[in-house]
Amino acid sequence: MLWAKEAPKDDLVVRSARVIDPVEGIDALLDVRVDGGVISEIGLNVDANGHRVVEGRGLVLAPAFVDPHVHLRTPGREDEETIASGTAAAAAGGYCAILAMPNTDPVVDSAAVLGSLVDTARAEAEVPVGFLAAITKGQVGHELTEMAELADAGAAGFSDDGRPVVAPGLMRRALQYNAITGRRIAVHCEEPTLSGDGQIHEGTVSAELGFAGYPSVGESLMVGRDLALARYEQQPVHLLHLSARESVELVAAAQAAGVQATAEATPHHLVLTDEAVRSLDANLKMNPPLRSEDDRSALVAAVRDGTISVIATDHAPHARHEKDVPFEEAPFGVTGLETAFAALNTHLVEPGLISLPTLLERMSAGPARAFGLEPPRIAPGSPANLVLLDPRAEWTVDQACFRSRSSNSWLLGETLRGRVRMTVASGRIAFQP
Amino acid sequence: MTEIRLVRDELLPPAAPPPKRHLISIGDLTRADVERLLATAESFEQSLDREMKKLPTLRGRLVVNMFFESSTRTSSSFELAAKRLSADVMSIKGAGSSVDKGESLKDTVRTLDAYDPDVIVIRHAQIGAPDLVARETGAHVVNAGDGKHQHPTQALLDLYTIRRHVGGLDGLHVAIVGDVLHSRVARSNIQALALMGARVTLVGPPALIPRGIEAMGCEISHDIAAIAAADVVYVLRMQRERMLEGANYVPSLREYTDRWGVTPERLRPGQKVMHPGPMNRGVEIDPRVADAADSLIETQVRAGLVVRMAVLYDLLTRGPVEIAARVAEEVA
Repeated sequence: MLWAKEAPKDDLVVRSARVIDPVEGIDALLDVRVDGGVISEIGLNVDANGHRVVEGRGLVLAPAFVDPHVHLRTPGREDEETIASGTAAAAAGGYCAILAMPNTDPVVDSAAVLGSLVDTARAEAEVPVGFLAAITKGQVGHELTEMAELADAGAAGFSDDGRPVVAPGLMRRALQYNAITGRRIAVHCEEPTLSGDGQIHEGTVSAELGFAGYPSVGESLMVGRDLALARYEQQPVHLLHLSARESVELVAAAQAAGVQATAEATPHHLVLTDEAVRSLDANLKMNPPLRSEDDRSALVAAVRDGTISVIATDHAPHARHEKDVPFEEAPFGVTGLETAFAALNTHLVEPGLISLPTLLERMSAGPARAFGLEPPRIAPGSPANLVLLDPRAEWTVDQACFRSRSSNSWLLGETLRGRVRMTVASGRIAFQP
Repeated sequence: MTEIRLVRDELLPPAAPPPKRHLISIGDLTRADVERLLATAESFEQSLDREMKKLPTLRGRLVVNMFFESSTRTSSSFELAAKRLSADVMSIKGAGSSVDKGESLKDTVRTLDAYDPDVIVIRHAQIGAPDLVARETGAHVVNAGDGKHQHPTQALLDLYTIRRHVGGLDGLHVAIVGDVLHSRVARSNIQALALMGARVTLVGPPALIPRGIEAMGCEISHDIAAIAAADVVYVLRMQRERMLEGANYVPSLREYTDRWGVTPERLRPGQKVMHPGPMNRGVEIDPRVADAADSLIETQVRAGLVVRMAVLYDLLTRGPVEIAARVAEEVA
């Protein structure tokens, strides 16, 4: 389900880092040794075995991150991102695995398109990448894709991300049929007659600026529908990029009722509100839109209590000239792979809104479990999927700092605290500045 | 013009350029700014009655009008305002320009910026287009309407009209009637009236009053009877394109007119009526109201000229000190 280029595994020792693994219940100053890409020993004064030694004093060593919601723009818009550049960006952001969305040109709705992506990933992916396939052919919401064949060809899950499956009857059929694939269905919840031509959240800011509003009920109505269908069919469902308090409340109620629902939030929805849109900067235009402070605080609380177990970037690269236009003309979406940890460390962990171990869990084990992947862990015998972080290092985000081919970041010009010092993905050092 | 500048630039000692001032939103202005602009407009008023109407004030300055959206009164008013102040004027329309060939706004502005304009006036169908222009040019930028966002010179000319023909703005009650949702005129006026201490009531069908707009400092009523309490009734254009099938903001234009049309019967005697134009007679405004003595609609157009002269003058001569005196001198 995940593919990367062939590369030799690494040997190394990380000395005296604060090792945090919420899955293993570790939070202590320890050494970690990796032999041939596999974690071999964790302890004090671990024998270096002649390996290269990375000084970890003052740093945090954690299971590397997993991002299940990335747009790699391949095939079709390789000027915006490629599998090579997107996975390099992921490595720089501390990720050991990412999943790419199928809303490309052509859409990933056949084994042939999927197969060509797998071949490319095997040749050039810096970290393991998986590919979601579309739920409906062409993502137009009329006919199911051949989901069983796509799963056999290696699809990591199914999604029409970018748009909703509008017809409830079709959504039901997708959930029913998906039972035979064992993969997750990930839904983009948007009721199109309510979102309409909405540019930003409907509220005081849209009223004042004159933008067409996308009301939060346009999301939560569809969240309610998909949870009801998942409950009826007793099938798991993953809810992409939630933005509204009402959506969070519906997910919590469904989970309490036993529905296998997982939900994700993006760094930008956890940090910003629609007030930020007053700048009219097209790098603040995304779908779903930034919502109110009340919505944001509901998302943060849900990440804290686990109702939202997944933090995903919805990394959406766009060419500079396409964002350098009046707001309404610009496409939706912002990048996020290379800034996610720093943004959340600065805006959620440092002010005490969530703990560092919780953030690390929601960026790693949470997303892995939601898509049926093995969570990265720091345990002897596990493949080395590690991120070495300096939570206090300060840096300023600028156009030139990205490995991604696009720089439509909502953080340009901002000073953040938190830097990735090294990423080990599948036993190989994938990033070290 | 370019040569004259070069000579002058050589003579002047190099200095850090002051921050450019723009007029993009009413939010760019303080109450003192508005007072100064209205006073400057008042001074220009006298020039309108002279035989020789042109003032030499902005001789040699270049004003570029970029109108990417159809406009009669605003574009003609800006053009005449610049000409009355002796500025050179270049007018670019969306149709027939390089925009037709797919050129981006950014590139169009950069091209025009090569002529070193002093002011760029822009009307554009999209919110934030003037902000984008301001990032790409060294000129002062004046927003002549950006989508549903702002139309600050319209609000200024409305303030000017009210002050001359109704009275002081502090404590005045203005009812704005109709399609607020799609109206940049309403947004600029709500902000401007609130800034000057007036009370604003929005009156219209629920779906055409944007959710959350009361945060701008206004009251809301869905009952047309609410206009009776106002000193001024400001009627918004009911845009027919909003009535397309499936929009359902109101069931029909007929029902809109029946419920929210401004008719003589719904007005108190002596209540002043305004409208930014163009009017849909018989839809949002009864023709008898539009043509009545208490209508200020034509007065608004004349106010538009002096207010836009004042805006250009203010941006290019900079600093409130002595402005009124200098203008009075030139007018005399």
